[in-house]
Amino acid sequence: MADLAVAPSAKPQFRAASAWDQLKHNRNWLGFWFMLPALAFLIFFLAYPLGLGIWLSFTDTRIGRAGHFIATENYEWLWDDSVFWLSVFNTLLYTFAASAIKFAVGLYLALLLNENMPFKAMLRAMVLIPFIVPTVLSALAFWWIFDSQFSIISWSLRHLGLISQNINFLGDTTWARICVIFANIWRGVPFVAITLLAGLQTVSPSLYEAAILDGASGWQRFRYITYPLLTPIIAVVMTFSVLFTFTDFQLIWAMTRGGPVNATHLMATLSYQRAIIAGQLGEGAAISSAMIPFLLAAIMVSWFGLQRRKWQQGESND
Amino acid sequence: MIDLPTRSIDLKNVLSGSSPTVAKDDHSEGMSYLQSVPRRLVTLYLPLTIIVVILLFPFYWMALTSVKPDNQLLDLDRYNPFWTWNPTFKHFHKLLFESYYPHWLWNTMYVAVCATVLSIIASVLAAYAIVRLRYKGANLVGGLIFLAYLVPPSILFIPLATVVFQYGLFDSPLALILTYPTILIPFSTWLLMGYFKTIPFELEECALIDGASRWQILIKIVLPLAIPGLISAFIFCFTLCWNEFIYALTFLQSTSNKTVPVAIVNEFVDGDVYRWGSLMAGALAGSLPLVILYAFFVEHYVSAMTGAVKE
Repeated sequence: MADLAVAPSAKPQFRAASAWDQLKHNRNWLGFWFMLPALAFLIFFLAYPLGLGIWLSFTDTRIGRAGHFIATENYEWLWDDSVFWLSVFNTLLYTFAASAIKFAVGLYLALLLNENMPFKAMLRAMVLIPFIVPTVLSALAFWWIFDSQFSIISWSLRHLGLISQNINFLGDTTWARICVIFANIWRGVPFVAITLLAGLQTVSPSLYEAAILDGASGWQRFRYITYPLLTPIIAVVMTFSVLFTFTDFQLIWAMTRGGPVNATHLMATLSYQRAIIAGQLGEGAAISSAMIPFLLAAIMVSWFGLQRRKWQQGESND
Repeated sequence: MIDLPTRSIDLKNVLSGSSPTVAKDDHSEGMSYLQSVPRRLVTLYLPLTIIVVILLFPFYWMALTSVKPDNQLLDLDRYNPFWTWNPTFKHFHKLLFESYYPHWLWNTMYVAVCATVLSIIASVLAAYAIVRLRYKGANLVGGLIFLAYLVPPSILFIPLATVVFQYGLFDSPLALILTYPTILIPFSTWLLMGYFKTIPFELEECALIDGASRWQILIKIVLPLAIPGLISAFIFCFTLCWNEFIYALTFLQSTSNKTVPVAIVNEFVDGDVYRWGSLMAGALAGSLPLVILYAFFVEHYVSAMTGAVKE
């Protein structure tokens, strides 16, 4: 405040130089210029479409015809649509089953890879390959592996004498669900494992040494040292895993296109089916907008979980 | 946004396995010297082998299918399906010379490179501004960019399709080049912010005092020091572009404009009866560029991947 009082008399002298200089040197303006390209992309192709999508869900827009505002009719229609509810059920089942198993297997794999053994670096690099290869392309490989007539799994099981006729993996509702969940787990485990491995390496070995001296068993060391220290990373990895599994599209589209009899339709695939293939943009937008509350819930849970945990740590450590 | 207690993760060690705090031949669990060899076989090598075999089997199957003659593919009783003695490159030949495959590869490459370059330029500027200029609202914008990472394409593709149509970009690679950055920028900005934070502030201060502009500082001091971060961001963005499916499926229509993943799903699936060979050859050839890139830059890739979690 004291500075400001002096400023008026000094101001005229500086003003001439400052208009351009301000643009060049003022941090806020510079910041704005530096942010401009990123913001332009995100506003035009992310924020605006996000809003537009919600707006579309309240209209009866079709492909090739502008729509009118019809308030919540799309949502009322979906509310009575059993296929929509089936897709919600499928999405939740897919998300929870796949995420839970990805977490369990990923953690187990991370612990295994953290052991000392020969060819460790090579193994770790190989494990990540399913995550690198485009999802659709590996989904096609699974499509072939699960083929009704020429499935290598059916063949092997038949030759082992475990089954007498081929399993119709992608043609049977239960099997189809199991197959797409399996493919999702297969693709997601490497990500979970490598990320948790990164977390494991930050745990100081001296903690384990101390625990061993105190006579802690392997399980106790995991439960009371590894697990608590990994929690923040687990929370973040699982948030990502749940979000991406929930909104998955390509794996289902390449393997089953939602079939048989809609048994594997996720909300994302159903909205594609209704919006792009059937041309009902408004209805499709309503389905995808219906995903937003679920996503917000997932983000909230993990965020508050982390806050609570930080608070607990603050209490116990400091 | 999600504020982690920052524990530094040395990412190179994730793959090499050497931990800076552990002596080379010490065991990370600290117990393994107590374990006998047979026990390690059962608790470590056996489960690890099973998991790795399951993880890699689809690729073996893909590769084997793509070189198997058609009659062996569909006759499981007379030929052992797990091996072939007469590999053929017929499927690859068909792929390369009798289909649009080279076109598709080129499209994918073109879109991926353009979108990646655009995104990295935008992200470098944004990350530098957030970390170093610390303008008013920088933290808020940083948080919003992170949130943008969590907005999934499967919610955006419907309204984006109408936007793309309105701008006259439908069925043009430009539609993808302009929309992919919304997926790539949040991630690479976040990643680069981490790298910029590690560059000593004193270097910039000295340059500022010597009269360098922010632009000069960014180009001559910060970027050369952040090259590992740039490589990571580049590889990860490139992989994401190559992998992207739903936008490419929605915004492109003509066969010759498609990207590899979309083209293989749409063009080969309804083909002739003996499509499996070509399909798997296409899938394999479409994966190879990424696997090769990955093989050369594993460490960078992993640091990009875990970078999202580190921050």
